[in-house]
Amino acid sequence: MALTSTLADAIARTVRPGDRIALEGFTHLIPFAAGHEIIRQGIRDLTLIRMTPDLLYDQLIGTGCARKLIFSWGGNPGVGSLHRLRDAIERGWPRPLEIEEHSHAAMANAYAAGAAGLPSAVFRGYVGTDHASVNPNIKFVNCPFTGERLACVPSLRPDVTIIHAQKADKLGNVLIEGIVGVQKEAVLAATRAIATVEEIVDRLPTAGTNAVILPSWTLTDVVLVPGGALPSYAHGYYPRDNAFYLSWDAISRDRDSFQAWIDTHVMERTAVGSAMSSGAGRTA
Amino acid sequence: MTSYTSAEMMTVGAARALTNDDVCFVGIGLPSAACNLARLTHAPRLTLVYESGTIETKPTVLPLSIGDGELAETALTTVSVPEMFQYWLQGGRISVGFLGGAQIDRFGNLNSTVIGSYARPKVRLPGSGGAPEIATSCGRIYIVMRHNPRGFVETLDFVTSLGHGPTGRERRALGVTTEGPALLVTDLCVMRPHPESKEFEVTSLHPGVTRDQVTTQTGWAVRFTDDVRETAPPTSHELQVLRDLNERTTRAHGAATNE
Repeated sequence: MALTSTLADAIARTVRPGDRIALEGFTHLIPFAAGHEIIRQGIRDLTLIRMTPDLLYDQLIGTGCARKLIFSWGGNPGVGSLHRLRDAIERGWPRPLEIEEHSHAAMANAYAAGAAGLPSAVFRGYVGTDHASVNPNIKFVNCPFTGERLACVPSLRPDVTIIHAQKADKLGNVLIEGIVGVQKEAVLAATRAIATVEEIVDRLPTAGTNAVILPSWTLTDVVLVPGGALPSYAHGYYPRDNAFYLSWDAISRDRDSFQAWIDTHVMERTAVGSAMSSGAGRTA
Repeated sequence: MTSYTSAEMMTVGAARALTNDDVCFVGIGLPSAACNLARLTHAPRLTLVYESGTIETKPTVLPLSIGDGELAETALTTVSVPEMFQYWLQGGRISVGFLGGAQIDRFGNLNSTVIGSYARPKVRLPGSGGAPEIATSCGRIYIVMRHNPRGFVETLDFVTSLGHGPTGRERRALGVTTEGPALLVTDLCVMRPHPESKEFEVTSLHPGVTRDQVTTQTGWAVRFTDDVRETAPPTSHELQVLRDLNERTTRAHGAATNE
């Protein structure tokens, strides 16, 4: 394993047009740098998967990278709407966006089922709601033992999952602490997986009570990208840039100001970071 | 009497319903302010759980998002999101869930998905998040919403989460064993479901609010209980604690989150 290639190489090698791709994170550790590299490389026709699509998915949708979104809550957390997402759904700009809409419980269960190699997830959900009438991927089954009617959704098995984490060791084993979200399940459910990390250390520290460790052989690429989750936060490294989340509302409301922001802050920059390619990892 | 805003009255009204014995699934915004106000006043042993996985969290400022670092740093433990929804919510460990939405009907069914048709929405809202399963898995549901005719409607454009159902009788029929919506606090009044019909009725009016105001701001023919009272105004202690909390929050991230 070598620290030779870059984030740009990792994205170019691992993400393909038309992929079903999850860039996961529950407010914490959102892989912004990796998402921006996808925009720079102009990788199109993606099916974006995420429980809580936020600013990064607003950017991927507004730049036309996505043809479909699978999600359960699409907003700017604590601020309001995602204007690029709304523009795509309400007016088809910059291209029509197909949506497959679930609840958090459904998405969380579907990732866990994907990680477990199951075709579908069964849980107690969607009772008395309209979701199944607009989403053919929500069905109901009867428990063979009790007869209870339970919700059933297909498992989520992304072609690629991308996460940001705090640390990797020199072998490419990855550590996540704090709010760990659904990242472990999303990585284990995927065919290929990239982790960008704040820091590469000789040896991972003794883990905290709720730490998640992903062995190197569960990942295709591990890339050193300090600050790779900004403007979201990395527990133990930097806080969330709440002011930016508030300012995104005005930036994204207008198509021109959005495009100007993308030009300045994404297109005219180059990716930082260097990658470890996991020889023992998954190839596809 | 100290002056206060209608938002403060609404937050205080919701906070008072919480007790030391509750395990509360907290949403961002007004519910988060109400839950932490309760914890900092009359219910210091109130257990707060956020869907990002933080259990027994005791934030000193209100989080801007559901997954702020403050929540994990002050929690007894933090679990993964699948575990939160599988073991803690679906497993029946939560006594009170807080919900809100863009639209509510008389039976406490809620819409946070779309205004207009689903295929061609007039307004695309953020969507359900945890609401569909919070509504059926928590012991009971408290709702906080601003009172206006656009939000308090005869018929929802989309049912995101189940209240007492289209006729008030559907929970049992659907096999749901939890209580459902038990309290609705608005900026005008407090409402509770009628014991039989499950239709939300006004049980108390906030100080200075008239029946006419509530009737005008409600999109269905709203009923009042026989013994409608005046909501007790916020005490100076409640106001002081809430304002201190909001001030700490504003200093921490440049915006109050109780709107």
